[in-house]
Parts: sequence; C-alpha cells; structure tokens
Amino acid sequence: MPVDTDAAVIANRRLSSDYNVLSFDAPDLAATVRPGQFVMVKTSRGLDPLLRRPFSVFEVLRDADGRALGFSIFNKSIGAGTRLLSEMESGARLNILGPLGRPFEPVDPPADAWMIAGGVGLAPFVTLAEALVARGTRATLFYGARRGEELYCVGLFEALGVRIVLATEDGSRGVHGRITAPLEEELRARPLGQPVKLYACGPTPMMHACADLARAHGRACDVSLEQVMGCGLGGCYSCVVMARTGEGAPPHHTRTCIEGPVFDASRIVWGSLAGH
Amino acid sequence: MDFSVSIGPLRLVNPLIAASGCFGYGVEYADVVDLASLGGVAVKGLFLAEREGHPPPRIVETPAGMLNAIGLQGIGVHRFIAERLPELRERRATVIVNICGTTLDEYVEVARILSDAEGVAALELNISCPNIKEGGITFGCSLPGTHQVVSAVREVTHLPVIPKLTPNVTDVASFARAAEDAGADAISLVNTFLAMAIDVDTRRPKLSNIVGGLSGPAIRPIAVRMVYECRRAVKIPIIGMGGIAAAEDVLEFMIAGANAVQVGTMNFVDPFVWNKLLTGLHAYMTRHGIERLADIVGTVDTSAREKAWISS
Repeated sequence: MPVDTDAAVIANRRLSSDYNVLSFDAPDLAATVRPGQFVMVKTSRGLDPLLRRPFSVFEVLRDADGRALGFSIFNKSIGAGTRLLSEMESGARLNILGPLGRPFEPVDPPADAWMIAGGVGLAPFVTLAEALVARGTRATLFYGARRGEELYCVGLFEALGVRIVLATEDGSRGVHGRITAPLEEELRARPLGQPVKLYACGPTPMMHACADLARAHGRACDVSLEQVMGCGLGGCYSCVVMARTGEGAPPHHTRTCIEGPVFDASRIVWGSLAGH
Repeated sequence: MDFSVSIGPLRLVNPLIAASGCFGYGVEYADVVDLASLGGVAVKGLFLAEREGHPPPRIVETPAGMLNAIGLQGIGVHRFIAERLPELRERRATVIVNICGTTLDEYVEVARILSDAEGVAALELNISCPNIKEGGITFGCSLPGTHQVVSAVREVTHLPVIPKLTPNVTDVASFARAAEDAGADAISLVNTFLAMAIDVDTRRPKLSNIVGGLSGPAIRPIAVRMVYECRRAVKIPIIGMGGIAAAEDVLEFMIAGANAVQVGTMNFVDPFVWNKLLTGLHAYMTRHGIERLADIVGTVDTSAREKAWISS
C-alpha cells in the first residue's frame, strides 16, 4: 500500500547541467521500497505543473544500522516539472506518493544478473544491484551513454562489487558504440549451461534490442518501461503499452503503472511504443 | 452536520462523486480511498464489448490542466459485472455506471444488462466523450439525439438515468432541457472541452488522436457558468464538475446550482483529495452556521449585480 508523504529535500546533488540526484527524508516510504518500484512526485505546490511525475527510486538511503531514512531520485531536466526538480533546494517539501508498481524479481545464484542501462535508464538499477548482491547473485552493469561525461554514479555500483561494462557513442569512455554491442558479445560467449537473466532500462530502441538479443540467445529479460503517467494508480489509462497477457494471448493496452513498470520483455509489442 | 444530498431517488452520503474516466473501475483506488465514504463512484465508461482505446500518447499536460484522448478503453459491461462489481458491492460503494454506445441500440442493451445487475445505483449516459468518432457525442451534440437516447434508456431501466452533457455546444441549457423532457432523473456536466496541443519542434500534435478533451482547474470557471445556466433552465438535480481541486470549488459549483459534484483530474494529482474536501466543507459549514449542506444549492445571489447593471 502506497504512502502519501510531504517529504523534505535533504540534498540536491548536481551531476551536470541537466542531471541531478535529489534526496528526500521519507523513512516510511523508503522502508517498503522494492527494487524497480517508482514514486509519483508533485513538483509544485500549486496547479502548474498540475500532474505528478513518475520516478524510479534511485537509492534507498540508510543510517549506519541499515535503517531506511529516505530515498533519492535520478532526475534529468527535460520539461517544466523536471526543471523544477533540478532547481530544488534542501528544506523544500514535496508531496510524494509511493512506492508503486510491480518490482524487479532479482534472480538467485547460480544465475548471473546482467543489468543494461541507457542514459536516465540507470535509475532503477541501484536498488536492484543491492538486492542481487544481498542474495549473492553475481551482477554486471552494462551502461551506455552518448559521451563519457554522461556516465553517472558508476561508483555506486563499483562499491557494491558489481562488474561494470561501459560504452559511449563517441568512444570517449569504454567501448566505442552502443552498449548492446558488448552485451551481444558476452551473450554469444556464454555457454547455455550458465544461466543469466537480463534487466534493461533505457531508450525504447535499446530495450527493444535487448529484448531481441535475449530471445535470440534464449535468455529471460525484464524491462522497466517509462511511459507518460497521469496518476500512477491505474485510474487514468494514459500509460498503456501494447503487451500480451500470456502465451498466445492477443496483445492489448496494458497499464504500465500497475501491471508494470517491470515487464517480461517478450510480452511487449515493441513497434507500438513511442521512440520507434 | 448533514452532508447528504439527493439526486432524484438516489441518496448520497455526501456530494462528492469520483468522476468517470478518472477513477478506473473504483477498485484500483480501494487501497487509498474508502469507497463507501464517497457520495458515489462513477466508473469508467462501458460499452457492450471490450475496447482497446487509442494508442499513446494519450495525455498531455497543459496550464493547470490536461488533455486526454484515451478513447474509452474498457472491459465491456459483461466483464465489469463479473469482475469488478462484486468488489465494489463488497466495499459498499454507491456505483454509478457510465454507459456508452456507438448506436442507440447499444445504449439500450448496456442499460438493460446493468439494470439486472445487483449493486448498480444509477446510470450515467456518456453522450459527450469528445474522443470517439462514432455514436456518443453525435447524440450529445444534437437536441433530438439527446432526447432520443435518454428516452430510449429511460424506457428500459428502473435505475436513475443521468445523461452527462458536453460543453462543446453553443447553448448547454437547451440540452439540459432536452434531457429533462426525455425523462432524465438528473444531468451531469461538464465533460471535457475539445482541445489540441502541438509540439512546435516537430509540428506534430501532442496526442495520437490529434485532438483531446481539456480538463482540470483551467476549465472550472466555464463549467461553473454552464451549471449556473442549466440550473436556471431545469428542475432536475445537477451533478457539476470541471476542475474541482478544493472545498471552495465544490461550494462554488453547489452555490451555482449543482446538487452534487464529481472530481476527476484532481484525483490523479491527489488521490487523497476526498478527505481534504470533506474537511474543508465541514469548516465552511461551521463558519457559516450551515446545518445541511444541501441548503446551499443554487443560492447564488445575483440580485446586487443585476441591480448595478440596470442602474448603470
């Protein structure tokens, strides 16, 4: 059951001109977050911007004893609401509803977990990485961006012992090209007897490519979809994606907020998504 | 203090109804809202069969409002009765079913089926959705069409019949009269205003359906005016709506002539809005020494303004 909280901003860590990490004091909400879940953030006190914005929970913030104190979101300034969030100062209070949505299911050993992130799609993977590490699953982060300086927060994953594979489109850091290239190479090289599950979040073409690669190599793949959301609770039907409900079932408009944001990639009709 | 209101034969515990299309089938909100504490729950519009609706993008935010073109995605009347109505009944919700049709026969058929179902309190006739081409709004934009569909449904149901009017007409009061003449128990208004938003970089419409319906606080003053006009035109109860975000807005609609109100878009913004509205109504009644909330309906005092107008 989601918590409605007026959360105080405790830090706004600027990563670049358009990216920032915003931390909130919200122990009740943070205590119940599962990996890959999201929150709905009201970016203004008034009526403009009107609607809340969905954000993956980026980090769960804990004290020395491991008690949840709050959480952070990974924000990219792209419009009116996200711009307000990029300028938010410590002490400001924002209304936040969550946690919401279907979480990732972390795999257990002996399976490995490969997380594939593109750009702002890094957001749901810190919580997943923590859950994977906690159960002893070996985790790898494949992380791509246009330029080296747009690869943020890699240290959070290194600190957890996650293996890192980077790629940039301009070749300034890691592999030159798209992140799906090293992913494909590793999928090819991996013996079928060694189980691995893929988790992808990023631009639609990247997730589509991951879904295709996973299918071609007989691996399971979950994707975390980001759709325009009105309410986050299943009321407005704005965040739908064409998805199959089961084996052989015809695809239909499925609400990302309550049946996702995490979906089995093989259920998604990729051609129906924006960005294609 | 008495918050209850009457909509024809229907008694509501308070005037706050969740608006159709903004509250799913009600059950989605059962975790965050006590459905029995609402005056009513108007569920998402139902056709006879399931519908997929329009492809995304289906909503776009606008100043103090939003456009939507969902296209009435829905599970159809049969699945609603089998899969959603039992839980709504169990949670003691006052269920107002919003019904749709592409033809007159479909409205009648859906109404007939729901009249036999247990746990339906009233039927709201959707003759005003701007987002579907066939049926629906073609009835709502024609006086004979409005009369025809209301009469036809009236004939086949014992349930209160509440046509939901579109604001996309020149004279909404004449449509209120047509509904009243045809035997409607009440009317609800307004549905959304047909509107459009364009991405100037791509020069493409922001909605897949090109146009959509504008809702939210941006439309409230127009909706209040329309409720006021309808109050002067008909005797039947009016359910007012359009951008209600605070108790003052509920009161404004009621004073203009609404017997009850629906809250739609703001439920997306704040699913806990209901308690805040009730608290605000309570404070207002205390401040003004009002015992029965229903006593304020239609009490807008225009006398001083009219006098000033005449003497100027």
